[in-house]
Amino acid sequence: MTDKSPEKKQKWSWRSQAFRGVIYQILAVSVIALGVWFLAHNTLVNMQARGIQSGFDFLGDSAGFDIGESLFPFDSADRYWKAYAVGIVNTLRVAIIGIILTTILGTLLGVGRFSRNALVRGLCYAYVEMFRNVPILLQLLMWYLLLTETLPDVQDAIVFGPFFVAKGGLIFPKPIWEAGHLWGVLGLVAGAILGIAYRKWAFRKFEETGQLRSMFWVPLAIFVVTGVLAWWTGGAPLDFDFPAKGDFSIEHGGALTPEFLAVLLGLTMYTAAFVAEVVRSGIQSVAQGQGEAAAALGLHPRQVMRLVTLPQALRVIIPPMTNQFLNLTKNSSLAVAIGYPDVVSIANTSLNQTGRAVEAIAIVMLVYLTTSLSTSLLMNWYNARSAIKER
Amino acid sequence: MTAQTFESIAARTAPVSTEGPIAWVRINLFGDFTTGLMTVIVLAGLLMVLPQFFSWAVLRAAWLPDYDACRVDGVGACWGVVAEKYRIIIFGRYPYEDQWRPLLATSVMLAMLVGSCTRSFWKAWLLPAWIVVLAFFFAVMYGDFAGLQKVETDRWGGLPLTIMLSTLSMMMAFPIAMVVALGRRSSMPAIRTVCTVYVELIRGVPLISVLFMASFMFPLFMPAGVSIDVLVRVIIGITLFAAAYMAEVIRGGLQAIPKGQIEAAATLGLSYWQTQYKIVLPQALAMVVPSIMNNFISLFKDTSLVTIVSLYELTGALGLALNSDANWRPFKIEGYLFIALIYFAFCFSMSRYSIWVEKQVNKGKAR
Repeated sequence: MTDKSPEKKQKWSWRSQAFRGVIYQILAVSVIALGVWFLAHNTLVNMQARGIQSGFDFLGDSAGFDIGESLFPFDSADRYWKAYAVGIVNTLRVAIIGIILTTILGTLLGVGRFSRNALVRGLCYAYVEMFRNVPILLQLLMWYLLLTETLPDVQDAIVFGPFFVAKGGLIFPKPIWEAGHLWGVLGLVAGAILGIAYRKWAFRKFEETGQLRSMFWVPLAIFVVTGVLAWWTGGAPLDFDFPAKGDFSIEHGGALTPEFLAVLLGLTMYTAAFVAEVVRSGIQSVAQGQGEAAAALGLHPRQVMRLVTLPQALRVIIPPMTNQFLNLTKNSSLAVAIGYPDVVSIANTSLNQTGRAVEAIAIVMLVYLTTSLSTSLLMNWYNARSAIKER
Repeated sequence: MTAQTFESIAARTAPVSTEGPIAWVRINLFGDFTTGLMTVIVLAGLLMVLPQFFSWAVLRAAWLPDYDACRVDGVGACWGVVAEKYRIIIFGRYPYEDQWRPLLATSVMLAMLVGSCTRSFWKAWLLPAWIVVLAFFFAVMYGDFAGLQKVETDRWGGLPLTIMLSTLSMMMAFPIAMVVALGRRSSMPAIRTVCTVYVELIRGVPLISVLFMASFMFPLFMPAGVSIDVLVRVIIGITLFAAAYMAEVIRGGLQAIPKGQIEAAATLGLSYWQTQYKIVLPQALAMVVPSIMNNFISLFKDTSLVTIVSLYELTGALGLALNSDANWRPFKIEGYLFIALIYFAFCFSMSRYSIWVEKQVNKGKAR
C-alpha cells in the first residue's frame, strides 16, 4: 500500500512530461475553442443586430446579373449557384491553360540559362529578373491596359484569314459540334491506347534483343492516323462557325476576351519566371560529373540533357513546381481586379447584392482549399517519402 | 643503311586563344553552327525591338508636365505624367502640405531597414531600436501632437504604406511563425494538429480572400461597439497570412537539424525550450535566412493587393492619381512603368542582398 502511493503521486506531478503535455494541450485547445466561440458569438449577435440574413439558401435565388463570358449559357434569370459554377469553371479554365503554357515557357527559360550561347543565357536571366520582381497585380493591370488600349475598334479589326483581332479580343472560327466529331474523339482515345501499347512492346523488345525501335514518332503516327481514320469514318465533318464583321460587332465565331487574354498572359509570364528558377536549381542539383560522364560516352549535349540530367533533376523539381502551379491557381483570383468573371469576382458581386459576406467568402475559400489541399496532401506524402530517414 | 640526318619537323601552330574578348565572343556566340544561328536570330530580334523601344522611351519622349506636348503626333512616352503626378503616386491621399511627414518617417524606416541588413546592426539592441523606429513612424504619420495636424489612416497611402505594411507584417509574423513551426513538430497531438490546420488552411487560400475577410467579415467578429481601423485589420490579415508561409520555411530549417543534436542536448539536461533556444533555432534560422528574404520579397509584392480593399498603396495610388483626371488618363502605361520600376528596384536589391546573406551564412561551412 505504502510503496504504491508515491509512484502514483510522481506519475501525476509537474515533473512528468506526459502529465504536463496533457495539461498544455487541454489549455491550448480550450483557449482556441474559447476564441472561436467568442468570434462566432459576436458574429451571430452582430448579424442579428444589423438584420443580416444568413445561410446558403440565397444560392437558389435568381442572380440578376449577367456574366461576360461563360463556357455554358447563363443569363441574369439563372440562379446564384449557377453563377458560382460559371465562376469556378472560368477559374479552372484560366488556371489549367496557364499551367500548361507556364510549364513550357518556364522549362525553356530554365534550360536556356545553361545554353552555350551567351546571348540566350543573358536573355533568360533578364526575363526572370524582370518578371519576378514586379507584382503580379501590376502586371495584370498592365497587360489589360495594353490590350484594351492598343487593340483596334471593331471597324478596323486586324484580320488574319478567318481570325479577327479587335477590342472584343481574339475572335476565331468555332468548329460546329456534330456526331462525326465523336468518332474522331473516340479514334484519338483508341489511338492513344494503341500508341502506348506499341511503346511498351517496343521497349520490351529493346530489353530482350537490344534492337532500338522508334519510341516517339511511331506511337505519335499511330495516334494521329487512328484519330483521322475514325473522323473520316464518321463522315469527316468540317463545318466552322466563321466570324464575320457586322456593323457594331464581330458576329459568330468564338472569342477570347481581352480580360481572359490579360489574365492568361500575366499569370503565365509571371509564374514562368519562377518555374524557370525551379528548373535551373533542379538542373544545378545534378552533380556535374554526371553530365561529363555522359559526354565522355559520346552523348550529344541535347541527349545529355534529355537522358541524364533532366530525369535526375525532375526529382528535385517536382515539389517546388507543384507549389508554383498552386500559386498560379491562387493568383488567378486577382482576375477580379480587371473584371474577368472568375469565382472571386462572382462572389464579390453576389456579396454586394445579397450582403452575405460570410457565405460568399466561405465559398471562395472552400473552392481554393479543395484544390490546394488535395495537392498538398500528395506533396506531403511525397515529402515524407523523400526526406532523409533517421532511425 | 642510310645515315639518319636530323630534320626538324614544322612547328605546330599555336593553339587558338581562349582568352580575351574576341575569344569569348567566338566561344560563347559562335561556338558551333546552332549557337551561331541562335546568335543571329536573337540579335535580329533585339535589333527589331530595342531601337524602337529606345526611341519611344527616350528619344521621342516628352519629359515636361505638359499634357498638350504629349498629344502631339509622333511623341513617344509621356514621362510628364510622372513629373506631374509623382506626389500623389508616391504619397497617395496624404495632405499635400504635410507630405514631408511620410517622407521623413519612411526615410527613417528605410535607413533602419538598410542598417539592419549589415553585420554591425546584428546586436541585442536591434529589437528595441526597431520598436522606437516604428513608434516614430506611426507618431509622425498620425500626428495630433506638437502642432502636427491629425491625419486619419484612411488617407495614408503610396510608397510609405507599401513599406510599412510589408515591414510590420513581416516582423509580427516572425514570432508567430517560429511558434507554429515548433508546434508542427511537437510531440503533442492536439498542438500539432492545430498548427498543421492553421498552416494548411492559410496556404490553401489566396491572399485576396484573407483580405476580403479582414475587410468585410472582421467587423462582424468584434463585440458590439468595438470597431477596429481598416488598416489594422489588413495588417492583422497579412500578418496571419505571412506567418503561415514563414512557418513552413522555418520548419524546413528545423527538419535539417540532425536528431543527434537534440538527443545530445537532452543528455546534457537541457529542457525543451533551452534546447530549442540554444541549439536548434540558431542553426535552423541561419539556414533559412535566404528563404525568409524571399518570403519578404513576395510579401512586399503582395502588399499591392490591398488596393483591392481600398487602401491606396503604390498601385492603388496610381489609379487614384490618373483615373479621375481625363487629361492624363491616356498616359497610364507610363505611370505603370514608373511604379513597376520602383517595385523592381526594391525587389531586385533585396534578392541581391539575399544572395550575399547566403554567402555569409555558408562562410563557416566553406572548405
